[in-house]
Amino acid sequence: MAIATATLQGLYEQMLLIRTFETEAERQYKAARIGGYCHLSSGQEAATVGAIHALDADDLLVTGYRCHGFALARGVSPEAVMAELFGRVDGCAHGRGGSMHLLDPRLGYYGGWGIVAGQLPIATGLALALVRQERPQAVLCELGDGAVNMGAWHESLNLAAVWRLPVVFLVMNNEYGMGTSVERASAVTELYRRAAAYDLPAERVDGDDLLAVAQAAATLLEGAREDRQAAVLELVTYRYRGHSVADAGLAYRTRGEIDEHIRRDPIFRVRELLAQEGVSDEELDQMLIGAEERVAAAVEFALASPAPEVATLARGMYAPGSAAQFARMLPGAPFGERALVFAGGLGE
Amino acid sequence: MSTMAAPPIAAATTGLDGTATMSYREALRLALREELARDPRVFVMGEEVGVFDGAYKVTQGLLEEFGGDRVRDTPISEEGFVGAGVGAAMLGERPVVEIMTINFLLVAMDQVINHAAKIGAMFGGEVRCPLVIRTPNGAGNQLTAQHSQSFEGWFAGTPGLKVVAPASPADAKGLLKAAIRDDDPVLVIENLSIYKERGEVPLDPEFVTPIGLAAVARAGTDVTLVAHSYATVRALHVAERLAQSHGISAEVIDLRSLRPLDVETVAASVAKTSRAVCVEEGWPSYGVSAELAARIQHVCFDDLDAPVERVGMAEVPMPYAKALENAALPGEDRIEAAVLATLGLGR
Repeated sequence: MAIATATLQGLYEQMLLIRTFETEAERQYKAARIGGYCHLSSGQEAATVGAIHALDADDLLVTGYRCHGFALARGVSPEAVMAELFGRVDGCAHGRGGSMHLLDPRLGYYGGWGIVAGQLPIATGLALALVRQERPQAVLCELGDGAVNMGAWHESLNLAAVWRLPVVFLVMNNEYGMGTSVERASAVTELYRRAAAYDLPAERVDGDDLLAVAQAAATLLEGAREDRQAAVLELVTYRYRGHSVADAGLAYRTRGEIDEHIRRDPIFRVRELLAQEGVSDEELDQMLIGAEERVAAAVEFALASPAPEVATLARGMYAPGSAAQFARMLPGAPFGERALVFAGGLGE
Repeated sequence: MSTMAAPPIAAATTGLDGTATMSYREALRLALREELARDPRVFVMGEEVGVFDGAYKVTQGLLEEFGGDRVRDTPISEEGFVGAGVGAAMLGERPVVEIMTINFLLVAMDQVINHAAKIGAMFGGEVRCPLVIRTPNGAGNQLTAQHSQSFEGWFAGTPGLKVVAPASPADAKGLLKAAIRDDDPVLVIENLSIYKERGEVPLDPEFVTPIGLAAVARAGTDVTLVAHSYATVRALHVAERLAQSHGISAEVIDLRSLRPLDVETVAASVAKTSRAVCVEEGWPSYGVSAELAARIQHVCFDDLDAPVERVGMAEVPMPYAKALENAALPGEDRIEAAVLATLGLGR
């Protein structure tokens, strides 16, 4: 794929930002500023950035829960993402979602979702809405290799095919669904071949090859936009860290296997490309420093952002105007609901 | 306690100009037709809603009138098309998803509970999900264990959802329209046994039944029966029977909404009668009647002259044989016995 050096440089900076962000997120998690689950994507930067690069500005995106990188690549600010991980009001979900539930509808990003494959039917619905609204965009729906064994995968591919919906299912095959390898989980280990069951076009590419990813995603997204042709894109990649921060990632694979992948690091591969294009080592090093500065600023921002007020506990749960509907439920409201939920305004 | 009087069900349904007598099923269809005509964002989808005219004929004729984009047949794929409804709603559409019976909603439970119900809160109010799911509950036609269930309590116990359960044709129209116009996910519980029930229905296209407002379906002074959906119809029959046979004046509260639940109207009635019988078609353990009993004892503790009684489906998977099915249903005899017990007259 022909790509201008300046563009490639921008993508490289995004990859650096994601890697640096994830490294810092793990550090902050261990410092107990981040709680809950925290699924890192270190090692998957080429797949993430290449696929998002293929999106038009008004295309839509949904993802699973390993979503920090996708949010950042789509343009959610590191500040808004870090503040969300910290559970602060300036987070992209105002501290309600955390690591797995990042979003920004203004950027067409309709969520990180936490139930494996649950986002797939929703992606088909977003695509259906695009069709009904006669909009020419497409939906990119990210999922992991574990999701292809769920019923929602089959139902969604079938609906996308029979209704001709503009959605591309992006399978991030990082070789393990939690700790279970693709070989142990799937009768067909080349996951893209499953698309044949629904007569959908599909490709499998090296997910650590940024340009190959961007090229394949662009082609399939174009088919979705122009011909309402749903498709499957399998990106073969690898996650360096465990399933989540709580998993050391060594019970089901060896240190040697991880090191083998790190030797072929996708970020280093793009650095080599840029070096071939004449970008100096000094400039390349400066980009890493820039990423580190952005992430440090994001941490500062998140630390300064306040925790949500307890009085806003019920914020957003119901649409504005709902409080009147709930007013007659107040008598006998149990378990502090009266003070916490009803006094919290139910979004009013 | 201060209480806004709930309007009697009859006020909205009889004696007014601009009403027509129709079945519950036809009232639902009228609501769909009016909302499809009013708002281009509204579309209907589900199994057999189009070419087949609806498994229970609620959507009869709508495909012909509005076309396949507005009235969309789906494969047998509940998780897929309920989720598609969620996604379309997130992008501003107004999907009305029909699930053939509530039993089949269980295979889409992940989309309803883990997804639709979470969107508003989990994403900090950044995106909404104005989805309607309509589905009948109920039992009584020898449909047996997998097709004779009433799970609305599960959904009504889930923050983030709204659940309504009309008992009359007028409210079938009014609540379905309110659900479609609502900005949150609303589950509309219909009922297999009352699709054919007839009543007066307002023809005004702007008529809606407010969500969160119960109705006094029958006024009385001696005992309060609290019910929803088909249990309301049974309760009204029992109230009439008891008036005839025992001279008992039973008040029947039709909840109409389960979440939000109109505790005020229930409490005002129990404060007056001092006795409550909660009736539902579902299993009472952990059910709607359990929730009602808890609320009533909390709010009306000083008013009660008897323990709150509950009547629901016998706690077995519904059997096939007619005699067994009849025994398991919360039939009028069982409701009557509970009312008499509450009044110290039976058992």
